[in-house]
Amino acid sequence: MSIPTAAAGATPLLQVRGLKKQFKVTRRSGMKVRHELVKAVDGVDLTIYSGETVGLVGESGCGKSTAGRAILRLIEPTSGEILLNGVDLRSLRGEALRQARKDINIVFQDPFAALDPRMMIRDIVTEPLLAHGMISRNDVPERAKKLLETVGLRPEFAARYPHEFSGGQRQRIGIARAIATNPRLIILDEPISALDISIRAQILNLLEDLQETNGLSYLFIAHDLSVVRHICDRVAVMYLGAIVEEGPSDLVFTSPRHPYTRALLEAIPAADPDIRKERKLLEGDVPSPLDIPSGCRFRKRCPLAAAICESESPALLAAVDGHRAACHFALDSANSR
Amino acid sequence: MTTTSATTPPDYIEDDQAPSETPWQLAWRQLRKNKAAIAGLITLICLYGCAILANFLSPYRMELRSDQVFQPPSPIRFHNADGGFSLRPYTTQLKFNPSDNAFHEVAGTLEPVHFLVTGEPYRLLGILPLRIHLFGAPDHIPFHLLGTDSDGRDVFSRLLIGSQISLSIGIIAICITFSIGLTVGGIAGYWGGRVDSVIMRICEVIMSVPQFYLLIALAGLLPAKIDPRLTFLMIIIILSFVGWAGLARVVRGISLSVRELEYVQAARALGVPEGRIIRRHILPGAFTYASVAATLSIPGYILAESGLSFLGLGIKIPFPSWGNMLSAAQDLDVIQTKVWMLCPAAMIFITVLAFNFLGDGLRDALDPKLRR
Repeated sequence: MSIPTAAAGATPLLQVRGLKKQFKVTRRSGMKVRHELVKAVDGVDLTIYSGETVGLVGESGCGKSTAGRAILRLIEPTSGEILLNGVDLRSLRGEALRQARKDINIVFQDPFAALDPRMMIRDIVTEPLLAHGMISRNDVPERAKKLLETVGLRPEFAARYPHEFSGGQRQRIGIARAIATNPRLIILDEPISALDISIRAQILNLLEDLQETNGLSYLFIAHDLSVVRHICDRVAVMYLGAIVEEGPSDLVFTSPRHPYTRALLEAIPAADPDIRKERKLLEGDVPSPLDIPSGCRFRKRCPLAAAICESESPALLAAVDGHRAACHFALDSANSR
Repeated sequence: MTTTSATTPPDYIEDDQAPSETPWQLAWRQLRKNKAAIAGLITLICLYGCAILANFLSPYRMELRSDQVFQPPSPIRFHNADGGFSLRPYTTQLKFNPSDNAFHEVAGTLEPVHFLVTGEPYRLLGILPLRIHLFGAPDHIPFHLLGTDSDGRDVFSRLLIGSQISLSIGIIAICITFSIGLTVGGIAGYWGGRVDSVIMRICEVIMSVPQFYLLIALAGLLPAKIDPRLTFLMIIIILSFVGWAGLARVVRGISLSVRELEYVQAARALGVPEGRIIRRHILPGAFTYASVAATLSIPGYILAESGLSFLGLGIKIPFPSWGNMLSAAQDLDVIQTKVWMLCPAAMIFITVLAFNFLGDGLRDALDPKLRR
């Protein structure tokens, strides 16, 4: 994996600013009708440079998948900016948006649901190329074979249907489809969570190879921290719709500055049974996104919570080397472990 | 394994010689496993085949009256006048005896039934002029396989001609409701929001009126003396008008869920144009489910037509339909002593059952979850 070149002055490939997605919920209790807002994504900033893999991690329900889909505008964001190569995707309508989708793509978690069961593999992988007029119908068989070879599948599979393949193979097909138009950025929405452990490494290796040969950037959405550490240059940790810590993988994993990140890391079981880790597991449940706590959104479960946490929302403060954390005690508690 | 990629060890499937099955072949294979569904399918093919060949199969014209009123089915014997076994069936004349109020065989009238005989002229499928019939007895012997009705008309012939009306009404009505339901339900499901609310409220209004009452009210509006072919058409229109709302609701639900499927989301993310997404992903996805719903609702139309005709609001005599034939079997005396008059009921029962078996089988065969 290439070392991130987040050098000052380089233009980011993707820049997300203040991304919000709110869902309106109507609740009726007797005669009273209450309109409430579910703040699924509550002001996310994210930057991805060319050739970089950025991890987006968090518990299920923290809004990471919603954020990924909102970036693609599969879910219409409520507010915020999504700059891809300097162009705001949110300003695009109709045909212009469709054209922009040549450069950004997605691989889904469930390889069984992501492929149309009625289409042959060759039609599935070449569909984006045809949609963008990049090839003609006559080129479909040839191009499909090439794409399948690229993702390590036999070219003969082109004339088969999705139901004939295993989960790992289907995920390869999904990846072949995602790289078909030669995009700059692929959003990987938990691409290996649904796969067998034995297949996961193969898919990760494939993704790394493709990144090297095609100069791809990834936004890797996951809840499995060990995988993220393995593949990502930088990591953003999400909690309740917002990013609470962000920085180079090594720094985040070795010296986490947000108590939430620390708790997540402590929850990873050690591979060596002799090592008895001293675990401080989080107490309580994730609060409802209908009712995000005032001040710091993590304070109700935080071991460090103090008076200031209730009154003031902590900003993402820079520590060192692009490592930032949204905690009032980020700087002083860093080495207190 | 010859074409192994150098970078990653691919997880190939072992039996690469196995021929690839299309989803349709797969569904067919699933369907074939279901014995009830196959029995239903074969039954339906036979029924519709008979309906198409009705004129050829029926020995008499459907409106031909005779003085043999309520004659029971003609006896069929497999022996000739000498008592020797014969593969060719023989029949005898039945004559009404007023003294004991019953039909009796007339001795010495044993005559052979001939096959592929020349008889009344007709047009097969309304085009091909023919005179040939599958079977027939000599002219002086009345041969009624399923007896005669109150006007001495041949029940077997009327059953066959009636099946043309009763069976086609379901198919034509479902074609109309299917296209309305697919369009309206598709629009409601795909656009959602206010369009959806308005369309669904209209559907609910139509569905909230008791169906059979609505049918009777509409059929009652038909003028009494109109061309029977027009009646047929009007009945189909009435049935479709009442039936589309239910199907539209089903299709709306289907397209709502298909729209959110990941492969549709993926196509959208890939920049596939909206029209192409609807055509290539949403409609085929919705179509399989909707066609199951359609198959299962055909019996409803057949029953509704029978019901209307039974009440005298549908197809009018002398034109036969299973419903109006059954209306002759209303009183207890007929049911007790003239059992052959209940044949249309048996046909309706068999048809409805066959459609339901087939529909259930199709639903299982087309369910992608069962394939994994």
